[in-house]
Order: sequence, then C-alpha cells, then structure tokens
Amino acid sequence: MTTTNEPVVQDTILNDLDPELATRLTSRRDVIAKTALQLGALATVPVLLGGCAARLVSGGMPQQVVDVLNFALTLEYLEDEFYRTALSQPRLIPASDRAVFEQISKHESAHVTLLATVLGFDAVAKPKFDFTAGGTFPDVFSNYRTFSALSQAFEDTGVRAYKGQAVYLIGASFILLTALKIHSVEARHAAEVRRLRGEDAWISGSSRGNLPAAAQPVYAGDGRAAQLGVSSFGVPREAVTEAFDEPLSKAQVLGIAGMFIASA
Amino acid sequence: MQGEVNEKETPAAGRRSFLKWSSAAVVSALAAGLDLSDLSLGEAMAQAPGGPLISSGSVDLGSGDIGILNYAYALEQLEAAFYTQVMRTPYRGMNSAERHALGDIRDHEIAHRNFFRSALGANAIPALRVDFSKVDFGSRVSVLNTARTFEDLGVSAYNGAGQFIQKPDYLLLAGKIVSVEARHSATIRDLIAPRSAAFAGDDVVGIDGLGLARLPSDVLPMAAPYIATPVTAKHLQ
Repeated sequence: MTTTNEPVVQDTILNDLDPELATRLTSRRDVIAKTALQLGALATVPVLLGGCAARLVSGGMPQQVVDVLNFALTLEYLEDEFYRTALSQPRLIPASDRAVFEQISKHESAHVTLLATVLGFDAVAKPKFDFTAGGTFPDVFSNYRTFSALSQAFEDTGVRAYKGQAVYLIGASFILLTALKIHSVEARHAAEVRRLRGEDAWISGSSRGNLPAAAQPVYAGDGRAAQLGVSSFGVPREAVTEAFDEPLSKAQVLGIAGMFIASA
Repeated sequence: MQGEVNEKETPAAGRRSFLKWSSAAVVSALAAGLDLSDLSLGEAMAQAPGGPLISSGSVDLGSGDIGILNYAYALEQLEAAFYTQVMRTPYRGMNSAERHALGDIRDHEIAHRNFFRSALGANAIPALRVDFSKVDFGSRVSVLNTARTFEDLGVSAYNGAGQFIQKPDYLLLAGKIVSVEARHSATIRDLIAPRSAAFAGDDVVGIDGLGLARLPSDVLPMAAPYIATPVTAKHLQ
C-alpha cells in the first residue's frame, strides 16, 4: 500500500483481483483512465498512502479513498439490484416478511445513490450480475429459502467489507463517518435477515449456520478469540467470537461478490 | 476485581444492594489502599498523557485515543450492568427465545467491557455507579425500551467517535464492536415489533440510508440519567 512521491494510481479494486474478474469490473476503464489524468495534479503531491494518512485535497479525493468508495459502490450495486429484483417477483417473499425486505431495499438504493453522487465521474460502472452464480443457485428468485440465504450472505459480507476498509479512510473524516454509518445499517440488515431465517443475529465462531457450503468464505476468520492482546473476557469463548465482528479484505470480498458478477 | 462487582460474585441480590456494593467495593478498595492490579486507581491518577482524571467523585474520560476508548468503556459498563440485572431478575413472561437473546447480549457486553478494562490498563476510568431507578425490571416493555435506548445510543456513539480515533488498530476494534451493537439494536427492535421495518427504522436510519451518529457531547447527557457517577469529556471532540 505504501507509496512514495511516484504518481501511482492505486487502482486497488482491480489490482487485488484475478485478471478475469478485473476485466469484468472495468467496463469503464476509459473513465478510470480519465480519472487518473484528472488526478494528475494530486498524484504529484506526496500522497501518503501508508494506510493512515489519506487526506482530502482540493480538486478531488485521494485515489485510496476513491478506491474504497468504488469498492463499496460495487457491493451496493449488487445488493440494490438483488433486492429490487426479488421484490418484483410476485410470489417470492411472504407477505409476513415483505416489510423487512422493502426497508432493506430502500436503504441499498439510497446507498447506491449516495456513493455514486459522492464519486461523480469517478464512479465505477454497474457490473452485470448473475445471482444464480453461474447456476449454483438456480432458484434464487423463486425459492424464498435460497433468496434469504443469499440475502444473509450478502449482508454479513457487507458488514465485514466496510469494516475492513475503515482504516483506509482515517484522515478523510467525513467519508469515514459516512462509511461507518452505512456499516451500522448493513449490520442491522444482517441481524434481521438472520433472525428471519431462525439464526441468532450474531455470528458464532466462523459458522455459516444453515447456509450452504458455498457461503463459507463469508465467515472465514470470524472466530477470533483474542483482541489486541486481550484473551480473557470473563465469558465463554463462543460469546467472545460473537461479540466482535471481524473484517474481510477487499480481495476476500471480491472473491465472494465475483461469484455473482457475470462474465462480459 | 473492579468489573466483576457488577456480575457473578453477588448472589441474587436486589438491584440496589448490588449497585451499592459496586460503589462500596471501589471505595473500600481505595480506603484499604489495596493494590488491585485491575483496579489500580493510584496508577490511573498518576496518569499517562491523555489518561482519565478522577477528582471529587467525578470522572473525566481523558483525551485522544485513550479518551475515546474510555468513552466506549463507560458505555459498555452501562450496558453490561443493565443486561446483568435483566438476566438476574427476568421480566414477567420472558420466553425462552428472549432469554436466549438477552443472555447472549449480556455476555457480549461483558466481553466488551472487560476488553476495554484490560486494554486500557492503568488508563482506564474506574467502575461507574449506574442508576437504573427509572427501569422496571419486572416489565417487558420497560426493559426492552431501555435496551433499545442503550443499543441505539451505543451504535450512534461509536459511529460518531470513529472519525476521532487516530490509531488504525483502535478504529478497527471499534468497528468490530459497533456492528455487534447494531445487531443487538436490530434484535431488540425485532422483539418489540417483530418482522417490521423497526429493526432499521426510519427513526435510526435516514432517507439517505445512513445510520445515526452522535458526538460525545450529545451522547453523555443522554446516558447521564443512568450513570450516577458524573462523567465529563472536557477533552474529547
């Protein structure tokens, strides 16, 4: 992550990926290239990207912040389309649960609007999604259990994704504040969907609960028993793992989201 | 042991007696000049830069990252004490699903509180005296409404404090906790109004899809009715 005075454009969302997925996510590479030009002035400034010193400068946001926001926007595109598609199916979501998913959908649409507005011309294009994941979930929009399972997976992924990016926003106070606000809303979503599905609202260990095996990467590494050197909490270990939600890296998240991004 | 005065050592004593014991334990430890490694008020008063200031019965949280961590520690103390009492004296009609959820939440809040106490070490503020005299622990409505207040306050407090944290490790840690607080809030709200929009209601999430954030200067007055020890944040944002 660290860079020097070199004009390095940190196209992190692309660099962390396998090339094939990267291609699918850069349908507007021309726009991104243009962005790099616009940020030329910025890039000559010593932008300290040690993971803690991204600073807002006049004329645009540091590339690191743009990358985080575009990463978030990609996830929000996915969630937004997922829920809008589901709500448009007449017999998918039972009437008893519809209010929950309407509320979630409303928030995901708002997140897309907000992030796209903040990014302006720097916003990535919306990918083409395949919510069957190449046929792994063929009944995603006809079987409520499949739909709600994917919903849980997306929401828990979203929580962990935002969490993992927060430290790259230190110094960009307003963006960090905004990201934290979204993060807490995703956690509310995750909790409610889990409860609808008969699960606890919190993640025990790295258990995927009643989700299919394909969802295990969503919970990878969530079972930490120690935090910042503290390992004695006065409660059972299971409760400790529930009490702290762990982050996912951008690459881990895109590995999960990439399953649902269609080939060009 | 400072924090444990709020939990398991006491038998099923009434709220008032265990709260008194809580404060009494601190006072007697001080009076006896005990060198309790966890408590160590003498060390705390010797103070690292930014550490808390304890004077004439009131507590200032300190400044910088230590101040923010003490701020979180204060809120976690409040929540842990509350749920400990909820589980000690369950409200009338608490069903098994509620007992399970509230028991889990109690354990999470105890874990959070004990984490901050350990991580802060000598810089930790002392155990705060809580005041739940406005809560009817026998009433489901009273308990769940209070729980909702505390969880929503906690989420908004962490959301608002993140921007003031300087050390990446601490920001990440706060992030690990705030999402669990949000899961708690959604759970409590779902217990109050099942399968409705309340879990992320328009009272806590704006039309822009953003959750509430509050500054310490807004949070502390809202927590104050439940904390008998005067807490100040003269050096926080």
